Amino acid sequence: MTRKRRRLMIVVLGGLVLATAAALVLTAFEDNIVFFHSPTDIATNKELSIDRRLRVGGLVKPETWKKAPDGLTHNFAVTDMTHEVKVAYKGIMPDLFREGQGVVVEGRLLPDGSFRADEVLAKHDENYMPPEVAEALRKSGKWKGGADK
Amino acid sequence: MFQKYANPTRFLKLANAILPWVAGLTVILIATGLYFAFAASPPDYQQGQTVRIMYVHVPSAWMAMFAYAFIVLASAVGLIWKHPVAHVSALAAAPIGACFTLICLTTGSLWGKPMWGTWWVWDARLTSVLVLFFLYLGFIALANAFDDAARGEKASAILALIGGVNLPIIKFSVDWWNTLHQPASVTKLGMPAVHSSMLIPLLLMAVGFTTLFFTLVIIRSRAELASRRINALRAARIHAEAGGG
Repeated sequence: MTRKRRRLMIVVLGGLVLATAAALVLTAFEDNIVFFHSPTDIATNKELSIDRRLRVGGLVKPETWKKAPDGLTHNFAVTDMTHEVKVAYKGIMPDLFREGQGVVVEGRLLPDGSFRADEVLAKHDENYMPPEVAEALRKSGKWKGGADK
Repeated sequence: MFQKYANPTRFLKLANAILPWVAGLTVILIATGLYFAFAASPPDYQQGQTVRIMYVHVPSAWMAMFAYAFIVLASAVGLIWKHPVAHVSALAAAPIGACFTLICLTTGSLWGKPMWGTWWVWDARLTSVLVLFFLYLGFIALANAFDDAARGEKASAILALIGGVNLPIIKFSVDWWNTLHQPASVTKLGMPAVHSSMLIPLLLMAVGFTTLFFTLVIIRSRAELASRRINALRAARIHAEAGGG
């Protein structure tokens, strides 16, 4: 075996070992790498219990968003289409917040199963298009996307 | 086939021939790209005018990863086949890649505040790109940490190869884990993803950033080779004078 070949083998083998190690570490820490949990996780996983800061992500369930007269207190439900979590939040909403929109709320789970958020982040999807195109797509029934700005 | 460009003289000849073309292409592509991005493309149905950040943010993110992949490849070639130009081009690409990463992180932060409601979150995509930025800084620091340039080249090349593990993590972070960052748009199949009126300026900018990268790599490699030559000539003269005296 020439020296070049030997060096090539070392680099390839080193790469394989490194990739395997990285894959194992990332799999082991999966619970800590996820940015948020779904309402189903909350409903089924006992470990995500009360008195721990956590983030819940999902869609704002249509027709559940209630805004108090002070303009700051919001109540809405976050759903993943199977389970939902009722959320209470006091503060200013991000621009993209609306019913049907993806959101991530951060805060604590209360003993009654509702969620008290101290931060609300809006998620946006991977679609980009002019308003007229979104309108046309929705009219034709080919796509049921989020509401316009 | 690349064997013959390992020779610095042949590499310089080729680089000098390519340079005016890539530089000219960069100016044309980025100028038309920016015109479309800021004037001739529509606002987004959800994000309004803020979507224009995409035309700088997304190409920088792609280039941040492309430049690192370039460094990994060059480092592997340098380590295995000992081509002298390989390490030089890896070193030339590192600060450029670091700049693209910084642009990506900054514009992403400026975009995140109005859209998501936060400058920064520790989700898998954002964190892995920050790690990429530190890998660039580590690579540059390590390459310059030795008195003997050859040792610095070898040590930094090994670091570059190890850091290569981060590239698939960045790319697939949005698919493997729940993240605040949305999944890929351009490589997604089916509609709607990115409408053509926005995709064309985005791709113009992306190709323009790529030619910009190669323009800068050629200029920096040329400068590095010239500086090494001056050092070698100076050393030879000192040697000759000492021998003659």
